[in-house]
Amino acid sequence: MRYATASTSYDYLFHEAVFIDIASHAWKRVQLKNIFIQKIFMFKSWKSVEPYLLVTPQTLVFLLFLVFPIATIFIVSFWEFTGYSMTPGFTLDNYRNIFTSQVSLATYLNTFKFVGLVWFFTLIIGFPVAYFLAFYIDSLRWQIILFLVCTIPFWTSNIIRMISWIPFLGREGLLNKLLIGIGLTQQPIDIFLFSDFAVVLAMVHLYTLFMIVPIFNSLMRIDRNLIAAAEDAGASGFQVFKEVILPLSLPGIAIGSIFVVTLTMGEFVTVRLMSGGQAASVGYLIRNQIGSLQYPLAAANAVILLIVTLAIIFGILRTIDIRKEL
Amino acid sequence: MAKITRRQLLRTGLAAGAMVTATQCARGTPNNPAPGPTVNTNQIKDVTLRFIGTGVSQINEIRQKAEEDLGFKLEMRALSTEENNQIAITQPGQYDVFDGEYFSLPLVVPSGNLQPVDVTRISAFDKIVPIFTTGELYNGAKVNSSQGTAPHRVMFLPDQESTEFAPEPTNWATLIPFQYNADTLGYRPDLVGREITSWGELFNEEFRGKTSILDIPSIGIMDAAMVVEALGLMTFGDKGNMTREELDQITQILIEQKRAGQFRAFWKTFDESVNLMSSGEVVLQSMWSPAVTAVKAQGIECIYAPLKEGYRAWGGGIGLSKNLSGIELDAAYEYINWMLDGWVGAFLGRQGYYSAVPENAKKFMSQAEWDFWYEGKAAAEDMIDPFGTKLESAGAVRDGGSFDDRMGNVVVWNSTMDEQTYLVQKWNEFVAA
Repeated sequence: MRYATASTSYDYLFHEAVFIDIASHAWKRVQLKNIFIQKIFMFKSWKSVEPYLLVTPQTLVFLLFLVFPIATIFIVSFWEFTGYSMTPGFTLDNYRNIFTSQVSLATYLNTFKFVGLVWFFTLIIGFPVAYFLAFYIDSLRWQIILFLVCTIPFWTSNIIRMISWIPFLGREGLLNKLLIGIGLTQQPIDIFLFSDFAVVLAMVHLYTLFMIVPIFNSLMRIDRNLIAAAEDAGASGFQVFKEVILPLSLPGIAIGSIFVVTLTMGEFVTVRLMSGGQAASVGYLIRNQIGSLQYPLAAANAVILLIVTLAIIFGILRTIDIRKEL
Repeated sequence: MAKITRRQLLRTGLAAGAMVTATQCARGTPNNPAPGPTVNTNQIKDVTLRFIGTGVSQINEIRQKAEEDLGFKLEMRALSTEENNQIAITQPGQYDVFDGEYFSLPLVVPSGNLQPVDVTRISAFDKIVPIFTTGELYNGAKVNSSQGTAPHRVMFLPDQESTEFAPEPTNWATLIPFQYNADTLGYRPDLVGREITSWGELFNEEFRGKTSILDIPSIGIMDAAMVVEALGLMTFGDKGNMTREELDQITQILIEQKRAGQFRAFWKTFDESVNLMSSGEVVLQSMWSPAVTAVKAQGIECIYAPLKEGYRAWGGGIGLSKNLSGIELDAAYEYINWMLDGWVGAFLGRQGYYSAVPENAKKFMSQAEWDFWYEGKAAAEDMIDPFGTKLESAGAVRDGGSFDDRMGNVVVWNSTMDEQTYLVQKWNEFVAA
């Protein structure tokens, strides 16, 4: 059965040699150790391999669907492109383009503005809601029902949500009619819709849930005895909140903030629809570049966006130890 | 030594299965069989042609009728203009037939993903409106000297292998046209209160915060060019192929208008433009013909204004993927011939689009429909769109009048410019400003 070429037959011989080596080694071992010890040894080696086998599928999925695409984006960000095609190569033009352009600077600043505002409003709305759910609602059933109420914004598609804001916020919408009706304004107010205000409103409406859930979770874990102890020690309601509840809910706030920040940083659909295409965000910029086939430029922007977002998350994690939560 | 475990058996079996599947794929799948020498006409029933196109033309009624008449299957995917181009250029394996616009061709054709259409196999080719072939509609028509990516500039290739456009008609076509129209501004007469006759009105302070423009660079820039030219703010060497300086200047003007609050919103899809108009958020905006009819169908007055500077036009057609061959290619040619035969032209005509072969479309339209849509005469009866909605009452006249009045007054087409990358960059600046 040797119709292989010279080199493969050499490989074959080599493998055979290794095999013989291993075999003789094993034979010696059998001679040296009794069967019982060897069985224990085999059991132990299985035990040490088992966790690796168990994480293998997850790792493969992770590599294939996360690491590989990001690596591809990173590589493409150095490619060159013409109006309609991209060519492999190495150029820093895409990055130079981004760092020297007033537009990208303005776009990033605008995105940070959205992130800051959305984060602030989701927090000041989300915290009281979570607090209410955790401390004032005793029955689990009602907690679940009220949680479901919080998810209502997710029951409709983006486009329907956008359309449904028009009759409410629009020039002839309910809000303007109300304001004119009670005499607060003579002219309908335009900035309710197709404006930064509308973008922030829609995102707060959407993302407050992501703040509520982790904060609720950390509030539920607070040992009620701590509160009782603080009260016994003479703390006022505000002091209990400031010295006990707030510090213990910080990990929840941090996790909620990570959700809100990452979601808002990459947001483009809401920005486009609610601003009527007039406001820019990094996500929308990337989407526009992809739409006009400028993949390398879009990839470079995506890499920068990823780095900036990771830096913010890193900052949050440095400030607050979320492991207390886990 | 040669003990086969269950695991090994499974592994070998799976590998063998995968290999068999892989070789089958290389030989051709049922949907996309590899080229074979035998052409059996009965096999055409097994053919499925995969279309990609914009939502405007990927219509179920057309698919059903085509399947009924032709005997093979069509699979349609409705995409945005951008996605359509992206897939055409980067995913040639995903489609058999490209249903796209002429201004996409300077991007798509260099990719080499389309194969030229042999016009000798298209029976009605000689009857196609000359806008697409010679570029001349009738003597003295404005459209004869229109700027931009006019269909006749990108209609032909010198030979079967070429990816560069031929200056005059040859036997190899890029797309076979089937629909086109002259676009203009639409407005709400009830909210505007007077007649709009110039593109310049889009920047009129009277409508501050109540106008909208189309956020697709190749189209929006042409509307903007019509506006600034009408107002005398700028002159262009060639609107359809602006220089960097011209793009800088026009973007600057657009940004000033945006900062002054002239625009209520920008729209990207058909539905958005309908919503903006019917809700009254916008009273004057660049629009597409079926969007105007959709607003009217809601019982709201909307005029598709004939403007003194002329129209911006677009044209769409069918192109063939380079992957098509054998019986699929034959099926695709059958589809094209069917498409020009008139039923499709009449169907789309009832929405306001024009057919590439009007005389064929006429066969499938009533006299009243033909008179209204093509001749610009008062409707002898109520005009009903292809989906059964009443668009116009008897007595109404089409905005802009007859085919010759409308298409003859086209001065500019949707354009892909030499400075396309720069245009997109400047357009993003405008959106971000």
